Amino acid sequence: MGTSGPLLGANGPDSWIWWDWVGRHGDALYTAGREHVILTFWAVAVGLAIALPLGVAAWKWRRLQPLVLGVTGAIYTVPSIALFALLVPVTGLGRTTAELGLVGYTLLILIRNVVAGLDGVPEDVREAARGMGLTPTGTLVRVELPLALPAIVAGVRIATVTVIGLVTVTALIGQGGFGQLIYDGLLRDFRTPLVLGTVLSVALAAAADVGLVLLERVLTPWSRSRAGAS
Amino acid sequence: MGFLGDVFTWFTTAANWRGNGGIAHRLGEHIGMSAAATLTAFAIALPLGLILGHTGKAALLAVNVSNVGRAIPSFAILVFGSQLFGIGAKPAYLALVALAIPPIVTNAYTGIRQVDRDAVEAARGMGMGEARVLFRVELPVAVPLVMAGVRTAGVQVVATAGLAAVVAWGGLGRFIIDGLAQGDRVQLFGGAVLIAVLSILTELGLGLLQRVLTPAGLRLRPQAQRRVSVLPGAAAALEVS
Repeated sequence: MGTSGPLLGANGPDSWIWWDWVGRHGDALYTAGREHVILTFWAVAVGLAIALPLGVAAWKWRRLQPLVLGVTGAIYTVPSIALFALLVPVTGLGRTTAELGLVGYTLLILIRNVVAGLDGVPEDVREAARGMGLTPTGTLVRVELPLALPAIVAGVRIATVTVIGLVTVTALIGQGGFGQLIYDGLLRDFRTPLVLGTVLSVALAAAADVGLVLLERVLTPWSRSRAGAS
Repeated sequence: MGFLGDVFTWFTTAANWRGNGGIAHRLGEHIGMSAAATLTAFAIALPLGLILGHTGKAALLAVNVSNVGRAIPSFAILVFGSQLFGIGAKPAYLALVALAIPPIVTNAYTGIRQVDRDAVEAARGMGMGEARVLFRVELPVAVPLVMAGVRTAGVQVVATAGLAAVVAWGGLGRFIIDGLAQGDRVQLFGGAVLIAVLSILTELGLGLLQRVLTPAGLRLRPQAQRRVSVLPGAAAALEVS
């Protein structure tokens, strides 16, 4: 570690980043990163598992829409610190509270995009599917949902980036991933973990966003070949 | 009485409302700080968004600034504020202003850019100067999106002001941070209820303001606004903290 020079001004405990400390805390960074990824992954996965059926239902039965969007919109509007605090008396201080709150924030984003994606399926495509003898369920699973995929993935991207930012707040209830470093920097008045926690959290969000764009390309080969043809 | 009974008692005990640490004072702090930060951000961001939108310059910056803003945790911005400016009201105010600028810039920019170019050209053809084109043609059409940006920013500011107690400022977040520190779940829950209600009221209030300020001729097109919010690159009316 002694070889790493001062990249940002003087290199010491008072500088914005103290490389010696970074070198000595690789394990802590890894643990924080893993926790951040796990919290995010489960929040988006569970959110999607709830939002897909709810979104399809809100699309099929229009009258459900105000209710579904109203409730998830209200959850979305509640600030994260308040939502976590509201859950603490019910689920205690810990991972369950963090995950429940995070899942809550994904719902509006995901449901809205599921509905918008299904709305965007052209009517003649739907008719063609019916003409080929597909049942309504078959049309949904094999035609409509695949065509809605770009909008759904767009929702997953927004939800993922949002959740990665919100995970940092869960440091206040003992979770936090990289947020734990930020909180640590605040409590100890020590800039290195603060800078690291922030930079790594933003980097994780950017990496996840790029990863999801690539995943979308793999999942929707037809849109790629069409783009190539035009 | 149970837990909810205790919360009810907390809310109805007059002593909890009075004094410097009382609910009334904290609520006033919260609203005052949020209004000041949102208005400051508006004064900075609106001219910027209008000029960028009118000239069509720096499109990439104007559109992406709010996406980058989404990725940077507001919690981190607050802590950075306290490292740069000490603790208390000053870092909280500056952090909140910084948070509120991107959505207003992006939405004002998008609002101006989506104005029909033919209408703009027609206005120029009628002999309007650039300033008149901007204020008489483009801005009125852009009002719904500009106000959507203000609404997003305002709700986010109210939310993040709740976090500002971690950098030793007051506001309603004080009850949550103190509740956590003291293991006082009644205070914690009461503070959370107050912040949640204030946020929802802010959302509804600014939504109403948005509708009132929208020129009558534009109110028939809710579709146009809904479309922009589902794509990550668009001027999404989505921001959370």
